[in-house]
Amino acid sequence: MKTWFFTEDAYPYLPDADSYESIRVNLPNKHYDPDVGADLYHRYLDMWTAADEIGLEIMLNEHHQTATCVVPAAPLMLAILARETKRARLLILGNPIANRNTPVRVAEEMAMVDVLSRGRLECGFVRGVPYESAPANVIAFRGTERLWEAHDLIMKAWTHHEGPFNFEGRFYHMRQVNIWPRPYQQPHPPVWVTIGSAGSGVQVAKHKHVGAVFLAGYNGIRTIFDGYRGGYREAHGTEAPLDRLAYCALIHVGENESRAREGAEKILWYMTSNKVAAQWNNPPGYHPPHVAAMIMKGARGGAGVPLNPQLDDQMARGNVFAGTPDKVFEQIKAFWEYSGGFGHLLMMGQAGFLSYGDTLTSMQLFNDEVYPRLRELTESYDPDRMAHLRNSLPDVEATSLGDLGFAFVR
Amino acid sequence: MSEGKMERITLQGIDLPYVRRGSGRTLLMLHGGGGPVAPMPFAAKLMERFDVVAPIHPGFAGTRIPDRFDNIHDLKFLYLDFIDALEIEDAVLMGFSMGGWTAAEIAVMTTARFSSLVLVDSVGIKPGDRDTRDVADVFATHPAELLKLTWHDTSKAPNVAEMDEDALAAMAGNRIALALYTFDPYMHNPKLPGLLHRIDIPTLLIWGESDGLVTPEYGAAFRDMIPGARMVVIPEAGHAPQAEQPEAFLSEFLAFAS
Repeated sequence: MKTWFFTEDAYPYLPDADSYESIRVNLPNKHYDPDVGADLYHRYLDMWTAADEIGLEIMLNEHHQTATCVVPAAPLMLAILARETKRARLLILGNPIANRNTPVRVAEEMAMVDVLSRGRLECGFVRGVPYESAPANVIAFRGTERLWEAHDLIMKAWTHHEGPFNFEGRFYHMRQVNIWPRPYQQPHPPVWVTIGSAGSGVQVAKHKHVGAVFLAGYNGIRTIFDGYRGGYREAHGTEAPLDRLAYCALIHVGENESRAREGAEKILWYMTSNKVAAQWNNPPGYHPPHVAAMIMKGARGGAGVPLNPQLDDQMARGNVFAGTPDKVFEQIKAFWEYSGGFGHLLMMGQAGFLSYGDTLTSMQLFNDEVYPRLRELTESYDPDRMAHLRNSLPDVEATSLGDLGFAFVR
Repeated sequence: MSEGKMERITLQGIDLPYVRRGSGRTLLMLHGGGGPVAPMPFAAKLMERFDVVAPIHPGFAGTRIPDRFDNIHDLKFLYLDFIDALEIEDAVLMGFSMGGWTAAEIAVMTTARFSSLVLVDSVGIKPGDRDTRDVADVFATHPAELLKLTWHDTSKAPNVAEMDEDALAAMAGNRIALALYTFDPYMHNPKLPGLLHRIDIPTLLIWGESDGLVTPEYGAAFRDMIPGARMVVIPEAGHAPQAEQPEAFLSEFLAFAS
């Protein structure tokens, strides 16, 4: 199993949440102090470079107009990391290509990073969370269709080497595509796409891309992974390899139980901070009408992140893995077996006010004491044994949408 | 409110439902983002004196959005085919909100089948400069605030809490369709002001005095772009004067169109 250290690069120094309507989209940037922000950027970059030195892979992402993730241009961070790191694979998860109307520019940026890093890029494409529609001024309707057309154009731009080609599709119109540079990795960098439902996994499986699931927990993971696996089997006639699936959870490893809990409570900021106003949660066309209707009625949609999470509850749900190295290994192993297995663990290892020191301690403990056992676990993967295991573990009962929200799609 | 009996016609491969009821001069009514207006009490009154034709824009009231549809112009061309197919003559063309925009787009193409035009709290233009938000951003406004901008008396608004699942889903579907037709450029066609001089039939603009989505000042700017157009403002009405003040609305409409 490959493990990817991830922080959203938050700016957590905010006024009382009661004083603003929403942390996303319309929180005035007067609350952002550039001096503090500069320190934060360097601290986060230091965390990522530490991950490189420790032995973990690196993941970053992108959001807009939000204090939860002050990286509105992830390729810029990626470019720095391409130069400042030596070893780690660099995963951007991802480029919000349903909202960014410049697929060729994305292909160019990613090719540059791939060359700069001498082939360490892993390139993610995402539709984006609902509250990205307003900052992008892009209608959420047909976002999935735009994502796949942009994807096709990018893939062609990466793999076509004989001079300009023509691409005049439903959404994107380019007549002279001939990017320089071309990617370092041939035929192209590995591609990841986030999935949040069984249906969304099928298309990703067809392309043999990695399907990444965020915080679906016990409640949702089987359905989503099974959707991918079924799609893969159907399209390719073989079982999906483990390394085609990824799971992202909040993870904190501590020297002892109380230190671990303390750190994990801090990472929960990722959930507690996500106060989103109703108008950003339900942009027209993001959700199908029946889901949008439920949100209108008052169910929390889109984020699926509870604002008052309890650590034990979130651990029970499989959204948080926290404790001593032994405990964290047990938790991940249990979830891994329940899910049917996956080859990538996306470790949201820092959020909110979790300090640089605590983050590094957690990374180091994970690397030294959890990681080797996870590698053994995946190396010993046997599809038949896994099938037997899965059958012996009953489905966790679905939780009502009212208190959990909807499938978490980045 | 039930739609009543619907007629259907296939145009451009699209199954287009519409209401046709009443007799007299034909009145083509194009609804706004809130969905069909034919089931409302004011429409029943109109059916006593007009041959009311009221299509449902694709995407509204649970209908499908055609794959190739992107904006208001797709709707405009659908209705140009529609009025030809129904052989509408000498008709009154009335549009509400985004339906008013559609009506204006049709009228700048041709007025041959129409004798008069009525725009009700209509969008479609951008009178202000680039820094001015001429039309409230309905997709970026909190639902409670949106209610206040839309209605003079919010107690007359449909109550979401009392709607059943189907009605709610239809409402959510309407919102998606509205966005498809109006999202970008937002609620207007930058080219429209340069074309409105082509409207050569009597035109009336009816506006709710308390419309906070599209203000009466916006209406006045719209009126000034259409040769000879008149405007009447209805007190104690918001974005939907036909719903909030049906009697005043009808009296203004009938004084103009009869």
